[in-house]
Amino acid sequence: MNGGLMRSATTRRNALALGLGALTITLTRPARATPEIMEQAIKAFTGGKRVQEGRVTFDISLLVENGNSVPFSVLVESPMTKADHVTRIGIFNEKNPLPDVAIFTLTPRCGRASVASRMRLNDTQFITAIAELSDGSYWSAVSEVIVTLPACVED
Amino acid sequence: MWNELRSAGVIAALALCAGARAEDARRSGFDDMGPGTQAMQREDSSNPGMLSALEGESLWSAPAGPAQTSCASCHGEASASMKGVAARYPAFDTASQRPLDLAGRISQCRDQRQQAGPLPRESRELVALTTYVGLQSRGQPIAPPEDARLTPFRDAGKALYSQRMGQLNFSCAQCHDENAGGHLGAALIPQAHPTGYPLYRLEWQATGSLQRRLRNCMIGTRAEPFTYGGLEYIELELFLMQRAAGMAIETPAVRP
Amino acid sequence: MARALINVPAKAKRGEIIEIKTLMAHPMETGFRTGVDGKLVPRDIITQFVCTYNGEVVFSAELFPAITANPFLAFTTIATESGALVFSWTDNHGQTQVQTAPIHVE
Ligand code: HEC
Ligand code: HEC
Repeated sequence: MNGGLMRSATTRRNALALGLGALTITLTRPARATPEIMEQAIKAFTGGKRVQEGRVTFDISLLVENGNSVPFSVLVESPMTKADHVTRIGIFNEKNPLPDVAIFTLTPRCGRASVASRMRLNDTQFITAIAELSDGSYWSAVSEVIVTLPACVED
Repeated sequence: MWNELRSAGVIAALALCAGARAEDARRSGFDDMGPGTQAMQREDSSNPGMLSALEGESLWSAPAGPAQTSCASCHGEASASMKGVAARYPAFDTASQRPLDLAGRISQCRDQRQQAGPLPRESRELVALTTYVGLQSRGQPIAPPEDARLTPFRDAGKALYSQRMGQLNFSCAQCHDENAGGHLGAALIPQAHPTGYPLYRLEWQATGSLQRRLRNCMIGTRAEPFTYGGLEYIELELFLMQRAAGMAIETPAVRP
Repeated sequence: MARALINVPAKAKRGEIIEIKTLMAHPMETGFRTGVDGKLVPRDIITQFVCTYNGEVVFSAELFPAITANPFLAFTTIATESGALVFSWTDNHGQTQVQTAPIHVE
């Protein structure tokens, strides 16, 4: 079996049996992050500093066809000068086995605080993007992603 | 998996979900995908299937076999010699008196002309070479050869397509003709046009062949899949290519 | 051998912000998956990505198993001078793959 890196077969089967798609999946798997574990990962990233809402545009589809590859991009409002720039952008999830997705380190030479990548999501959940600025402040945006399942998978 | 599909509820849901189906318009699976997946296919620099094409490109000029020849030593630039080739496969092979799909032809060339041994079905190398050769026909209309010797095989493919199979007792046609545009679970049922193969399926997290895709559908209906390279798959492909005649090749496509 | 697809504009104006896209062939095996033998498939992921521009780091990333197989990364940099962008991907076994893209700045 090649696919479904993070989902259990049971999850899929029940989704199909219900005929309702992923919107109804509530089954748990043994190892997964929780909102609390995500909070801890975010604390590790921010050093416990206050995170403010705003400045961050987090672009990710609300509804995705396959959780194996969910495109996302983050754009942070910043002049990206030596004196005032985004230093890091962290992406966190609450239900994958690990709460961290990626941590991007930017420099003024980026010119723009803009990154894009693709992530795996094993369930419908909230994803958080946090930007760390050179003045030591933290800014965030949160998005919900609904993961639907493909049919006709292998084995 | 899928045994629960037998429950009447799901089969009813399957039938009910079949929404308004376009009467005439053939649609590529591309048209049914979400904007994120479409964007992934549209741009080469973001299409992971291009990694397979890139590997195929380097295999194209890699020497192999006792004479250390490469595909390029005999065929030159693929952009010239392989243009349009994928659009007219499967084709009839006189030597074996049966149709060959593109991957089968490539493997045969590698075995008999390059003398480097056949490439196993679904091996990374064969998928890569087929993707690279297929890419040379991207945008070209599918043009099945008018070769009477193919007719009985294409007819056999058509019969297979309408034949109920597996424990679920579904035919390809029941899903892909009668319920195309509807849903199976959360997945949209496409019209099953073979325009994009080999393609990158997000579910596989890899590039794979049409046979691998058909195998997934057979497993889905709880049918015993045919063996890779088997004549049945090639017959089905002949029928699907005829059904999609004139539609543009998308290799390497992206699908969920 | 794994290879990468890199998209960098061959030419750029001085001071222009250019977009860079990279795709690296890699399974990104999470280490959470069981194989057919019932054993965990060992983790094999790219953990570090670095892009330097004429020797200076402009962008880097730490990646976790939640990043997709064949990881895709897009970011920007200011075209400052002609030279080379060097990309490196390091996996959790410490193996690094490097690829270079030239850039011509006018
Ligand atoms: C020693 C020479 C030689 C080598 C090496 C070789 N081929 Fe061929 N190939 C041929 C010849 C001859 C034909 C038949 C041409 C014809 O029938 O018109 C052919 C036919 C083909 C065809 C079918 C073309 C069509 O129009 O139907 C494909 C595809 C192909 N080769 C791919 C490859 C690939 C890929 C490789 C490398 C793995 C390769 N070949 C290596 C000589 C070679
Ligand atoms: C129970 C319904 C069902 C049956 C029966 C079925 N398929 Fe499918 N097929 C699907 C669904 C659903 C998809 C795509 C969505 C997915 O798998 O997530 C699909 C995808 C495909 C595709 C891919 C189209 C593309 O855009 O790349 C092809 C080709 C295909 N099927 C052919 C067949 C053939 C041939 C058969 C018979 C051997 C068959 N299918 C039987 C449901 C079915």
